[in-house]
Amino acid sequence: MARQPISDEELIERFGPHLNEEPPGGWDADIEVDRVVETHCCFCGQQCGIKLKVHKNQVVGFEPWYDFPFNEGKLCVKGVKRYLQGSHPDRLLHPMERDPSAPGGFRAVSWDRALDRVVGEIQRIQQAYGDDAFAMLSGVSLTNEKSYLIGKFARLALHTANLDYNGRFCMVSAGAGAKKALGVDRAPNPWSDIPLADVVWVAGSNVAETFPITTSYIWRARDRGARLIVQDPRVVPLARTADLFLPVRPGSDSALFGAVLHTLIRRDWLDHAFIDAHTVDFDEAAAAVSDMTPRWAAGITGVPAARIEQAAEWWGTSATGMLLHARGIEQQSKGVENVLAAINLGLATGKYGKPGCGVTTITGQGNGQGGREHGHKCDQLPGNRDITNPEHRAAVAQVWGCDESEIPGKGLAAEEIIEAIHDGTIKGLLSICFNPVVSAPDTNFTTEALDRLEFYAVIDFFLNDSAVHADVVLPGSLHEEDEGTATSGEGRIIKINAAVTPPGEARLDWKILLDIARRLGRDEHLQYRDTREIFDELCRASTGGTADYTGATWERIEAEHGLFWPVPSVGHPGTPRLFEGGRFFHPDGKARFHPVPFRESAEVVDDDYPVWLTTGRVASQYLSGTQTRRIGGLVEQYPEPLCEMHPRLAESLGVIDGDIVSVSSRRGEMTLPAHVVSTIRPDTVFIPFHWPGKKSVNQLTSRALDPISRMPEFKVAAVRVVRAGGGIPIRDARDLELHEGPT
Amino acid sequence: MKYGIDDAPVFVIDASRCIGCEACVSACMECGTHRGRSLIHLDHVDRGVTTQAAPTVCMHCEDPTCAQVCPADAIKQTETGVVQSALKSRCIGCSNCVLACPFGVPNYIAELDQMMKCDLCTDRTSEGNPPMCASVCPSEALWYGTPDEFAQNRRGSLVRDFVFGRQSVRTKVFMVVDDVTDGPLDALAGSPGDWLDDPFGLEEGIGTS
Repeated sequence: MARQPISDEELIERFGPHLNEEPPGGWDADIEVDRVVETHCCFCGQQCGIKLKVHKNQVVGFEPWYDFPFNEGKLCVKGVKRYLQGSHPDRLLHPMERDPSAPGGFRAVSWDRALDRVVGEIQRIQQAYGDDAFAMLSGVSLTNEKSYLIGKFARLALHTANLDYNGRFCMVSAGAGAKKALGVDRAPNPWSDIPLADVVWVAGSNVAETFPITTSYIWRARDRGARLIVQDPRVVPLARTADLFLPVRPGSDSALFGAVLHTLIRRDWLDHAFIDAHTVDFDEAAAAVSDMTPRWAAGITGVPAARIEQAAEWWGTSATGMLLHARGIEQQSKGVENVLAAINLGLATGKYGKPGCGVTTITGQGNGQGGREHGHKCDQLPGNRDITNPEHRAAVAQVWGCDESEIPGKGLAAEEIIEAIHDGTIKGLLSICFNPVVSAPDTNFTTEALDRLEFYAVIDFFLNDSAVHADVVLPGSLHEEDEGTATSGEGRIIKINAAVTPPGEARLDWKILLDIARRLGRDEHLQYRDTREIFDELCRASTGGTADYTGATWERIEAEHGLFWPVPSVGHPGTPRLFEGGRFFHPDGKARFHPVPFRESAEVVDDDYPVWLTTGRVASQYLSGTQTRRIGGLVEQYPEPLCEMHPRLAESLGVIDGDIVSVSSRRGEMTLPAHVVSTIRPDTVFIPFHWPGKKSVNQLTSRALDPISRMPEFKVAAVRVVRAGGGIPIRDARDLELHEGPT
Repeated sequence: MKYGIDDAPVFVIDASRCIGCEACVSACMECGTHRGRSLIHLDHVDRGVTTQAAPTVCMHCEDPTCAQVCPADAIKQTETGVVQSALKSRCIGCSNCVLACPFGVPNYIAELDQMMKCDLCTDRTSEGNPPMCASVCPSEALWYGTPDEFAQNRRGSLVRDFVFGRQSVRTKVFMVVDDVTDGPLDALAGSPGDWLDDPFGLEEGIGTS
């Protein structure tokens, strides 16, 4: 019974989130720094370089790492405060078992007892219900080494097909689209290409808050005279000075892209030579947009037709251009279609394989790129191979030293695992780096599912909001406690260095997994002395795959400030820019156009739920907030979710800034303060998603999935908004007093 | 990244690039001598209508108003023109400087009964390192480098002369404006794109569905 043992209040009292405000010893401690460790920020896929200051096995501060070329010392607010996640009062220091009679609802137990319990439950559940009734959920804040190990551990130690990862809620639509069209899932460009673009088009990405460092690359392009196009339902900070703003209605992105392709064709702003030499199926894509006029798209998207024509002209007539997209177009039930429609624009104008040219996703999570390459997706083996492909299975089995038949087949995707738990097909779960109570859609359904588990074990460093449902909690390791590699959103393999060792009885994640395998008696192929051995095997397993790390070594990665894969042989310089010379990764070397007819989202507004809801992040918080909701300065910057709405909508609801509103969908209801701002479409509200329980916007979002990527539709839902009574002052001390009362 | 004795780097503010992420506010706390106090100002101009934010460090005036009005002679300049926090031994906590500064920079810290302000991270700049805020600023709204580096890489002109009523001040820190060779600035000239007055096309009646 994986039920929360005691009340929310009691759990928070014991396990937090409490706020770490100061470095160890306080601001006045005058601590001598023993050493400075060059590593990376853990809070997003940009993977900025940072130096951590260490004193007596504690991280006590940071110093900008000016020599790391990607960010040259720059950091956003999360990076600046990143070091405060260590030496934290909420840190889990002992293995624990659920015990409602114990203070805090959990009691400390020995590692032996905790691991024996985990192993006993895995064996019991698998004997009673079959191997696949025990599932594993993982995440991509983990290093490449851990991602690789978990893929192997789940298949060869847990014997389960049902392993998936939290990138299923993040980058997976981008990956699926890129593989279909281009034959490979990686950003086509190093970020140093952005300043070389004559037009930069940002679609569905609040770069200023989610990837602040990328702003500097975009400003550098504008210093050269580049035009900036921003496509978003909100006038996000980057849009404020854009040359063109496309205020797209949630869920209508493929109509906008379709109308742009329509216009490129009609005005013949095409690169015919590129299309003929390097692509196939252009005619099918063209046929699908033959009726998608800008005027038609204006009615669907809410973007004035003249702006659509203008975007097409700038994109089609500029010698170079980059289109950067992120979760805004990807977290939809047609996320893959949106991505394919964006890629069509790059292919049609020959914007691939050249300096300053590319259509690319901006990978979200810390190791969102590397973590989706090495085999801990339900359909994937290392080297970004396909788990259903017999040749790929044989290649990996040879490296693993196992029989091909020992590798289970394709399993369920993350949201499908939660649904299988809910319907009783899956009875046991081990999770690491995954907090579905906050991150999965339809929160009420998710918590119901977790309560139905016969056994739930969690590896984490804090008691995350899902772990409160666990039977056993195993204290794992922080980013700065283990050594390995990650791969940034550019496709740059980088080195993560350990600054400190885990405190108390906490252990390195990979050692915990190896111990479970050993106790299961299934550790024949899981023998490693350190993470370097895992990396070396990962590189061998990647040989011949698209994500080829063959020639990468830890030494080269550090000496060269990162290596861009593919690195297919020893001494290979790496591949910063893909597709040079128009060579794509499909066997015939050609890219594929895809026809993308427009269809509506799974849910559209109606008389009962007349307002569009979209969700996203804020600058000072990261993902489900397990780490960032425990750091003082970050919480103070944006303490709780607000419901952004346009004054026109607010007026129609009788709401003024700060009023508490009730927002409800077909799944659930939440109350929160309204933030009345004229920077959002009048038919749309925005709520950020970093909070649990009654503050979780995922109480409202739907479980509709993209048919290809299995991505839930976080970005589009239909809601009703009403005034709930009461209010709070929202404007803080940082707001200048220019107006009296709301504007 | 370190600057040598002949480099003469300058501090530059370009508010048009600011994305309001508050990295500067947090980083300021981390400078060795600031000890958890953030001495930079970041204002949301008017969040009801815009995401524009404006960062303000001390402009380090050539003839600082704060020092002129200080009755205790507590505010000193370094040889390189950096205006420092009030000397603890002299500051009487009267807040004249807070009221008089044309840029609104000095902070009166009640618990210390002392004025503290941006000192351009003297401990860092004296060793050739950029100040913390300009080191981390992810949008380069706060920037530290030589005038040559600026001219080679950035748009706009650097200004350091400001007029407030009858008071003229010249500052060590520069602000970026559109090219001054274009003539006097027209503050009401409108935005780079003409969409900003009606971002959602409401005038055309198609912004709502």
